[in-house]
Amino acid sequence: MIYFDNSATTKPLEEVLDSFVAVSENYYGNASSQHQLGIDANKLLRKAYQQSANMLGVSETEIIFTSGGTEANNLAIKGIALNYHKHGKHIITTAIEHPSVLNACKALTRLDYEITYLPVDEHGIVRLEDFKEALREDTILVSVMHVNNEVGAVQPIKEIGALLKDRKYTFFHVDDVQGFGKMSLDIRKSNIDLLSISGHKLHGLKGTGLLYVKEWIELFPLFHGGGQQGDVRSGTENIAGIVSLVKAMRVVQEEQMHHPEALTHIRDLMRDRLSKITEVTINSAEKQAPHILSFSLPGFKPEVVLHALEERNIYISTKAACSSKKPDQSVVLAAMGCPDNVSNSALRVSFSYQNTEGEVELFYRALKKIIKDLSKVMG
Amino acid sequence: MYYDHILIRYGELSLKGKNRKVFYNKLHENIRYQLVNFPEIKIKATRDRMTILLNGVNPNLLMPILTRVFGIQSMSLAIKVEKDENLIKEAALFALKDAENVKTFKVTTKRADKTFPIDSQAFNQIVGGHLLRETEGITVDVHHPDLEVHIDIRTDATYITSKRIEGSKGLPVGTSGKTLLLLSGGFDSPVAGYLAMRRGVKLEMVHFYSPPYTSEAAKEKVLDLTKELVSYGGDIKVHIVPFTAMQQKIHREIPYGYSMTVMRRMMLKISEEIAKKQNILSLTTGESLGQVASQTMESMHAINAVTNYPVMRPLITMDKSEIMKIAEDIGTYSISIRPFDDCCTVFVPNAPKTKPKKDKVEYFESLLDLNNEWAELMQNITVLTISNDQSHQEEIDQLF
Repeated sequence: MIYFDNSATTKPLEEVLDSFVAVSENYYGNASSQHQLGIDANKLLRKAYQQSANMLGVSETEIIFTSGGTEANNLAIKGIALNYHKHGKHIITTAIEHPSVLNACKALTRLDYEITYLPVDEHGIVRLEDFKEALREDTILVSVMHVNNEVGAVQPIKEIGALLKDRKYTFFHVDDVQGFGKMSLDIRKSNIDLLSISGHKLHGLKGTGLLYVKEWIELFPLFHGGGQQGDVRSGTENIAGIVSLVKAMRVVQEEQMHHPEALTHIRDLMRDRLSKITEVTINSAEKQAPHILSFSLPGFKPEVVLHALEERNIYISTKAACSSKKPDQSVVLAAMGCPDNVSNSALRVSFSYQNTEGEVELFYRALKKIIKDLSKVMG
Repeated sequence: MYYDHILIRYGELSLKGKNRKVFYNKLHENIRYQLVNFPEIKIKATRDRMTILLNGVNPNLLMPILTRVFGIQSMSLAIKVEKDENLIKEAALFALKDAENVKTFKVTTKRADKTFPIDSQAFNQIVGGHLLRETEGITVDVHHPDLEVHIDIRTDATYITSKRIEGSKGLPVGTSGKTLLLLSGGFDSPVAGYLAMRRGVKLEMVHFYSPPYTSEAAKEKVLDLTKELVSYGGDIKVHIVPFTAMQQKIHREIPYGYSMTVMRRMMLKISEEIAKKQNILSLTTGESLGQVASQTMESMHAINAVTNYPVMRPLITMDKSEIMKIAEDIGTYSISIRPFDDCCTVFVPNAPKTKPKKDKVEYFESLLDLNNEWAELMQNITVLTISNDQSHQEEIDQLF
């Protein structure tokens, strides 16, 4: 099997599963319990805070564990909007965010928040001039993803952060679900106030994630309850999930540290091979995230290609899996100004450090064959 | 050639005459306890010093642990060789090269074994000359050397040491009896506990918690602080007292302004009761004069009146900044700073009396019946023993 759909989700690592099972079996106590089981669970929780904070270069009181990227994004956006509405009701985001950001923002318009969606250039990148123009006195939140999930475009996070430096009540949220473990980001230096991470995108488990929230910032909770996690995110902590998340973060970050070029090599090889196929248009810009490559086959129905590859045990996706239920058109590619026949036929391959160059070659051969066969039928 | 020993010089304990043996046995036991994860090492105590035979353990792993053990004046890494001139020269050269940022040195020989044929002065020159020949850019300075290479020629062998690492001084924990520390989770009480331990006192802790007004995290914080102090003084028992019901009653029935004083008196009374049961002869608090309303002279007078146990207050004359400095040095600061309320801060009235009158407090208290709460509370004290159980820690570490 060749799995090139790592931006949809990744295969959980064996050691991550082992930790999950071991914690579930041996440390099933409620971290709020008084007895030894509770104390042990709390110990694990404390270590999880410490280790994740260390990896992100922040302090342990700035971490909130969530049920994944969607919750982290919602908690960041609604949490800021509802808590600081007295400072303004204007939010800036981009046209190419993940639906959990776009729809959270959209929902806030019902409470009279105003949203500005920044357009992107032909590479899928936000222009700083547009951003500067959109900033207003009453802007309370700026939410920009680090790496786009469909084409891999990397947004100018540091530059945006610098522009917000002196604005105490304009908070800066970064959706780093696609970036963590692949592209480094200095939270402090980039002036980031909130940052989302999802476990299952980095060989962890579904249902795990975290939100970094800068020390003094208060969020209006999505969940009220027993006051866990500093009363920001009530609900008995999913210790096994949390430990597995932190372990996955460690493994992936170490992999990135020891083999910083591995993903780029595979992506570049793929790019080279795809450029040899005349029917292919490559959508991703040269200089972008190392693990995502979007390309289109104008004239071909993307699902047909996807299933033809699947017959050969190769798994990729048409645009992003999360939004795949809508008709064919890619919102991101449309926002990038791609012609309809390109944005209607987009396919995405996304890599993990587990992929190999050999897999790329096999994919290349399979795709060539499929295009040839399909052309016969369609021609 | 490499360092194969750590040489430990005793602190004050070498002054203690007949009791000396008690002291160094305790020190031996405490060092053994802290180094439990290094079964390879051998500890040998003699009347003037202690040596740890490393048996291949990296001494850099042990130093941070040993610098927390009270009763150690100073330590040096040492190489043990036969009483052979060439071996001694080789070891001295290693010691010199191993030290960093050394421009000047001197050699000091102590010849306890007078059968060694060369006298100290002459031997200093022989070894010094050897070191000068074998290195570049390093010179001798007998008055203010960057590094002093010691050659200690004893009857059994010769020890070569160079850099001196300061120990924690003080007395070995356990040689000055036991105290019950009132531990809140703030900055002060752990520092008070640390200072008590430095004088050889073994600690037990009492912590008052008031669920749901104080969170579990607050209790966890107290246990983490205790764990930090375990690395200075060995196992520590923590008595956790459920204080909610009593606190609520005091809050309801004692006039505004006096509730804090009464609450403190009750805490001291409960602590005394626990101490009695544990055969502990004193209480210790982190109070510092004038820091908050309960720590004025009048307050302490009114509060202290409930017990005739000695109440040690190691921080009483210290400034907050001095206390914080120690907290940072000993590693409790980063735990204490975690933002969770303890039971003392939750129920504080807006304007507690800074000058409570003892008579008035006693009068108010006489109208208050806390017998049920007292009995209930005494029955529900939980006791945990915190130790440096590293095997468990390793198991946890592997999950990450």
